[in-house]
Amino acid sequence: MKAVRILLKLILMALLAGHASLASAILTIEITQGVDGGLPIAIVPFDGAGKQQPPQDVAAVIEADLARSGRFTPLDKKFFVSRPSEDRQVVYKDWRIVKAEALVIGNVKPLAQGRWQVEFRLYDIYKEKQLAGYSYVVAGNHLRAVAHQISDIIYEKLTGEPGVFSTRIAYVTREGVVKRFSYKLQIADSDGHNPLNLWTSKEPILSPAWAPDGERLAYVSFEHQRRPTLYLQNVVNGARHRIAGFDGINSAPAWSPDGTKLALTLSRDGNPEIYVMRLSDNALTRLTNHPAIDTEPSWSPDGKEIVFTSDRGGKPQIYRMRADGGKVERVTFEGEYNARASYSADGKMLTLVSGVQGRYHAALLHLHSSVLQVLTDTPLDESPSFAPNGRMILYATDRGGRGVLASVSSDGRVRQLLKLQEGDVREPAWSPFNRSTPTH
Amino acid sequence: MDKKLQLTILGIAALFLTACGGSEATKPDVEDKSVGTGTSADTGVSGRPLDARTDLLAKRRVYFAFDSSAVDEENRAIVEAHAAYLAANKNIKVVFEGHADERGTREYNLALGERRAQAVERMAKILGLTGDRIKTVSYGEEKPVAMDHSEAAWALNRRVEIIY
Repeated sequence: MKAVRILLKLILMALLAGHASLASAILTIEITQGVDGGLPIAIVPFDGAGKQQPPQDVAAVIEADLARSGRFTPLDKKFFVSRPSEDRQVVYKDWRIVKAEALVIGNVKPLAQGRWQVEFRLYDIYKEKQLAGYSYVVAGNHLRAVAHQISDIIYEKLTGEPGVFSTRIAYVTREGVVKRFSYKLQIADSDGHNPLNLWTSKEPILSPAWAPDGERLAYVSFEHQRRPTLYLQNVVNGARHRIAGFDGINSAPAWSPDGTKLALTLSRDGNPEIYVMRLSDNALTRLTNHPAIDTEPSWSPDGKEIVFTSDRGGKPQIYRMRADGGKVERVTFEGEYNARASYSADGKMLTLVSGVQGRYHAALLHLHSSVLQVLTDTPLDESPSFAPNGRMILYATDRGGRGVLASVSSDGRVRQLLKLQEGDVREPAWSPFNRSTPTH
Repeated sequence: MDKKLQLTILGIAALFLTACGGSEATKPDVEDKSVGTGTSADTGVSGRPLDARTDLLAKRRVYFAFDSSAVDEENRAIVEAHAAYLAANKNIKVVFEGHADERGTREYNLALGERRAQAVERMAKILGLTGDRIKTVSYGEEKPVAMDHSEAAWALNRRVEIIY
C-alpha cells in the first residue's frame, strides 16, 4: 500500500513542473480554545472488515474534523454500548443512553488493485432515521479526501451550512537563517495534511490568492530583479508565468468572483494605485488616481465593488469604490489603522487587520452596522481571510518569536494554531470550495 | 541565552553593521589637500581634517519614524553626503532600497518602503543626481535587519539602504 502511495506521489511530483516538489514539513493543528455545547455526536470506528488495515483511519479523520469546527462534541468511545458498522446493526436506544444526538457509522473494505470501498451512514437518533449515506471507491491515498468529504456532508446535514473540510489552504514558509532564508509557497489540506510545494525561492514570496476555480494561485515573488513581481501558477500542473513585472511594485492580487479579472497594485506611474487586469489579454485599467498609497484591493462577492487600503486620510483605512472605479467612499472610521480587508462569502462582513495603540489584531467589520469586532488579542496579526463558508477566519500571527497560522471562528469562540516544526509560516489564504470528487 | 542579552547583542551587531555597512567603495579616498597639515609654524596655515563627511558617507542607512517617510535633519545630512559624493563620481549608480518594520500589513508596508525610497530619491535629485543613475526598490517588511519584535528592532528596520 505504502509503495502505491509513494508511486502516486512521485507521479504527482513529475506532473508538477519547475521547482515544485513535495514538501516534507507538515503543519500541525493545536486547538487553543474549544467550546462547550457542541452537538453530541457518536462516531463509531469504521470496521476494516478484512485482514488488510486501511492506510488511513477514516473515522478518526472525521472525528478530528468535526471536533475542530467547534460545532460538535464527539463522544468518548469507551461509553459506546454497541459498535455497529452496518445499517442493520444500529439500535437507536444504545445511542440515546450515551446522549448522542447524531450517529456516524461506516466501514472500509479492501478491493482489488489497491482500491478501497468506503461506506458511511449518518443517523438522527431522536427521529430514528438515516440522514445521509454514501459509498465511495478510491485509491488508498484518497482515503483522507473521502473522510473530509464525509465530514462536509455530516456538517451540512446537521448545521444547514456547507462544511470546509475538503478545502485547502495556501501559505508561505520561511526556513533557514538570516541572509540565507528559503521561502516556499505551499498548499495543503485544510487540516495541514498533504502539503505540496509550488515554488521555492531565496527571495520573499507573499500574498497568495486563490482563483475562484481553486486551480490557480496569483502571488508576489521577488525573484525577478529582486522586485515585487506578480505570478500566476496552476496548482494542478504547476505551470507558472509572470503577469506583471513593471517598474516599482507589482503586488496585492485579488480575483474577481467570475475569475476573469485580477485587481492588483502597481506603482509603475510613480505611486501605488489599484488596477484591474483582464486575464484574457492582460489589458490593464487604472481604478484609482491619488498621491496616497492605494493597495490591498478585494472584490465584493457580487463583483460590483472593490474595497482597498488607502492612507489618503492620513492613516491607512479601508475605502470602497465600484469595480470599474469612480467615487471613493471611506468604510472604516474606528481605530488608527485598518488594512487588508476581504469580504465574507455573503458580502456582509469584512475581515481586516485593525491597529490600536501599536497592536495589530484580526478583526471583523459588520458592513450593515459598521461595528468593528476585534477577534484576537495578539499584537502582530496579519493577512486574515475567511473560510469559504464564512465560519472561520485564518490569519498569520507570532508565537514565541515564530510565525504561525491561527484560526478563529467568526463568533470568536473556537481558536486553533497551525504551526511548523521548524521555521515560520505566514500569508495564509483559504481556498474556495473544492468540489472535485476523489473517486477515480 | 537571556532574551534581553540576545536582543542587546543583536542591536549592537545591527549598529555595527550600520557603522561599517559599506565595503571599500563606501570609504572614498579623501585626499588631504590642505597645505601644511597640522601646526606648521612655517606657513601659519592649519589644515582641517575632513572627518565629518567621511563619517557620514560610512552611514548607509537612513531611518524613519513609524508609518512615516519624512527624512529628519540628522538623516538628511547622510543623504546630502552621499549625494555630494555621487555628484563627484558620475560613473556610479545608486539604489535606494526601502524597508518597513513588521507592524501592520505586508502589502501596505511594501508601499511604505517604496515611499521611503522615493523620499530619499527626491532629496538626491534636488541635490543634483539625475534619475538615470538612481533606482528605487522596496522590500516592505520582508527583509528586517533586526529580527526581534521590539521598539528597538523596529526602529532599525524602518530604513532606506543606500547601495552603490
